[in-house]
Amino acid sequence: MTEERLLLSGDDAVALAALHAGVRLGTGYPGTPSTEILETFDRLGGHAQWAPNEKVALEVGIGSAFAGARTLVTMKHVGLNVAADALFTATYTDVDGGLVIISADDPGMASSQNEQDNRHFARAAGAPMLEPIDSQQAYDYTWLALEIGERWKIPVILRLTTRVCHAKTVVRPRGVEQRRSLEDTETPPENGKTEHRFRRDIPARVMIPAFAKPAHHRLRQKLAEIAAWNEAEGPMQEYGSEARDQGGDHPREQGDRPGPVPIGHQAAGAIGNQTGLDAGKQAEAQARKQATAGVLEPPKLGIIATGVAAMHAREAAPDARQLTFGLTYPLPLKRIRTFAAQVERLLVIEEGDPVLVDDLNAAGIKAEGKPMRYRFGELNVERVRSIIAGDDSPEPEPTKGKPPELCQGCSHRTVFEALRDLNCIVAGDIGCYTLGVLPPFSAMDTCVCMGASIGVGLGMRHVLPEAEARRVVSVIGDSTFVHSGLTGLAEMVYNPPPTGHLVLILDNGTTAMTGQQEHPGTGRSLDHSPTHQLDFAGIGQAMGVQSVVLVDGSDKSVSLEERIATQLASNETALFIVRQPCVLAAPKIRLYEKAAAGERERQCAALPEI
Amino acid sequence: MITNIVIAGLGGQGVVKASDILADAALAAGFDVKKSELHGMSQRGGSVTSDVRYGHPEHSPVLSPMVPPGEAHVLLVLEPTQVEVARPLLHPGGLLIGPELIEPGALKNKKSFNVAMLGALSTALEIGELYWQQAIQANLAEKLHALNAQAFALGRTRGPSRQADVLDNAIPSERHPEP
Repeated sequence: MTEERLLLSGDDAVALAALHAGVRLGTGYPGTPSTEILETFDRLGGHAQWAPNEKVALEVGIGSAFAGARTLVTMKHVGLNVAADALFTATYTDVDGGLVIISADDPGMASSQNEQDNRHFARAAGAPMLEPIDSQQAYDYTWLALEIGERWKIPVILRLTTRVCHAKTVVRPRGVEQRRSLEDTETPPENGKTEHRFRRDIPARVMIPAFAKPAHHRLRQKLAEIAAWNEAEGPMQEYGSEARDQGGDHPREQGDRPGPVPIGHQAAGAIGNQTGLDAGKQAEAQARKQATAGVLEPPKLGIIATGVAAMHAREAAPDARQLTFGLTYPLPLKRIRTFAAQVERLLVIEEGDPVLVDDLNAAGIKAEGKPMRYRFGELNVERVRSIIAGDDSPEPEPTKGKPPELCQGCSHRTVFEALRDLNCIVAGDIGCYTLGVLPPFSAMDTCVCMGASIGVGLGMRHVLPEAEARRVVSVIGDSTFVHSGLTGLAEMVYNPPPTGHLVLILDNGTTAMTGQQEHPGTGRSLDHSPTHQLDFAGIGQAMGVQSVVLVDGSDKSVSLEERIATQLASNETALFIVRQPCVLAAPKIRLYEKAAAGERERQCAALPEI
Repeated sequence: MITNIVIAGLGGQGVVKASDILADAALAAGFDVKKSELHGMSQRGGSVTSDVRYGHPEHSPVLSPMVPPGEAHVLLVLEPTQVEVARPLLHPGGLLIGPELIEPGALKNKKSFNVAMLGALSTALEIGELYWQQAIQANLAEKLHALNAQAFALGRTRGPSRQADVLDNAIPSERHPEP
C-alpha cells in the first residue's frame, strides 16, 4: 500500500488501474459519462484509440484479448446496445487476456436519451459484473475484473454510473512493486523481441453451432464457479455497529492493502466485519436507542445496496446493518441469505430497475424494494431516507435552472434557423445539435438513438402524403454519421422514397457533445496525431447518392435555406455536408493542424537529398 | 462532521474548475474529500452546480459524493441569476456567498472571477492559504498563476470570514486535522 492519496474521478481511477495492470489496448466510443477513461489512459501513456462505434470497439477488444493481451473497452450504457451482438457471443468464447468492458450507466439521464439499467445485460449475456461504489473501488475492481476474466477466460463488465464516473474521491493506488508492467503481460522474449503470439483454439473461438453448443455449457459452468468464488472470496463489505467501530470508510476485507489480492491468494470467507450474535445484541441496543430518540427507522433494518447507492444508504441509515458486494453478477446468494436471516426488515437500495430485489425474491429471499417512483432518476441521500422511512409523500420539484443551449457562434445555429423557417419535419440524432429542439429553433421532431435520423426520416418519407414527405430532412452529426449513419445512407440509396430524401451531415470536425473527441472523419487519432480521414462526400458518391453537396457553413454568400428548399423540391436522394468547425474546438483544431504541419516539415527535412 | 459546499453558476463560468481547486486544497489539508457534478448535455451554457464535501478522514469520512438538497453549509454562486435557482440547496441559516461580492471592474481578467470567489470562500473555511495556492497552481496553466493569485488575494479581502454561526456549528475545529 502506498501513502499516495490521489483525488480521482472513477473514470480516471479505471484508467490508472488499467495502466498499472498492464492493459495493452484501450478502445471505445465517446459517451458521457465514460469518455474520460480512454483520454486519461492515453495521457498516462497507455495505448488508447477511438473506434467508429462500440460494436467495432468490442470486436477489436475481443481480438486483442484472444491474442492474450489485457484489454479495456469503454462505452456508455446505450453503447452496449450497439456492442451487444459481439457481447452475447463473446461470453461463449475463451478469452486469454483479461477483457474488461466498461458500461457507464446514466441513471437520471444527465446526458443520455434513456436510463436503461445495464445490469440486465450481465444476466442476459452471462457476463460477470462488478460495480464499484467509489473511485477506490473503480481502481480495485478494474484489477479484479482482469483477474476474474483471466482465471475463467471470460469478458467481465465493470458497471459504473454517472456518480461513480464523475465524482472525485480519494484513491490509494497499488505500490509500484505490485503493479504489472507491459513486459509481464507478454510472452517471453524470442530473439530479444517481446511479442504476443497467437494460440489457436478453434472450438473455443469459432462459434458455429457444433462448437457453440458445448461453449454455452462451458459458460454456465464458468458462471457457477464464479458464483462459488463470489460466496467465498468475493469483494464484500458488511457495515453495522460493530463494523463502524472497526472499519472506517472502507473496511478492507483483504488486510491492509487497497487492491484485491490476486485470486487464489485470499483466505476464504475473508470478510472483514463478520457480525453474529453480538451484532444482533448491538442492533437491539441500537433499536432501543432509536426508539427513545424518536428516529423513524425500524429496528433490525438490514440494507443491501450496491454501487454509489451503497454510499447514500450508509449516510441515510448509519445505524442500519448493510451488506454491499462488488461482484453483482453472479450473485453471492448464500451470503445474502445469511445476512437476511439476521435482520427483520431486508431492504434493497438500488438505482434504476428492480434487478437485485427481483433476483432475491426469485431466490426465495424475502426482500423489500423501493416504491416505483424511485425507479426514475438517480438516488441521493434524501431519497434513500424517504425509501427507508416508507415516506410516500410527493417529492418536491427541483428548481428549474437555465436549460442548456447551443453555444453563441455555434455552426449548428444557421442550420436550425433554416430548417425552422422552412417548416421542415426534422428527424434528428444524438449530439450537441439535439439542442436544436429547444427554442428559439424548435426544429427537431425526432431523436431516438445513434444514427436513427436517417432511417426514421426515410420511414416517414415512405408513408407521409407527398406534400409532407417533401418536408422531411434527416440531420446527423459527423461523429454520429461514422458511428451509425453509413448503413442508413445505404438504405436511402437502396430503398429511395418516391420524393427522394435529404440527409444533412452537420460536420463540425469533432465529437463536440462529449468534449471534442476525434473520430474517423476528423483525420486525427485519439491523441490528435494525424491519421487517415474518411471522405464523407466520396462515401456518398461511391454509394450512389444522387446529389452530394459540400457546404461551407461559414460562407454567408450562399443561402443554406435556399439550397435546402431547392433540394426538397426534387425527387433525388441527397447528402449535404455542412462543414464548419465547432466554435469551442476550432482553436484546438488549429493547434493540432499546426503541429501536424510542423511534423511533416521535420520529416521532409530529415529525408536524404536525392 | 462533514462540511458541505455547493458551487453554482452557468456552464462556461468555471464552476467545475473552482470545485476542483477547492477539493484539491481540502485534500492537501488532510481531509477526506468527495466532489461531484454532472457533465455533458446539461453543461452547454445551462445551470451548473458542483458539490464538494470534506471531513476528518477517520472521524467523519465522506460517504455519498452528493450534498443532499438543503444541506449545504456554504453556497457559492458565480452568477446573479443562479442565486435563487440554487438557494434551495443551502441549509437554512447556511452561508450564501453571492457574486455581488466582487464587482466586475475589480479583476484584471473576468475569467479569474471563479478563483476570486474562492478567495472569498477561503476566509470561511479551515483550509490554510498555502493549500489554496498550491491547488490553484495545480489546476491552472502556469501563465495564469499570477493573475489568479491576485484574484484569489482580492477575494480574500472581500470574504465573509468565519462569522456565520452555521460554520462555527458545522466545523468543530478541534476535530479537524491540523494543516
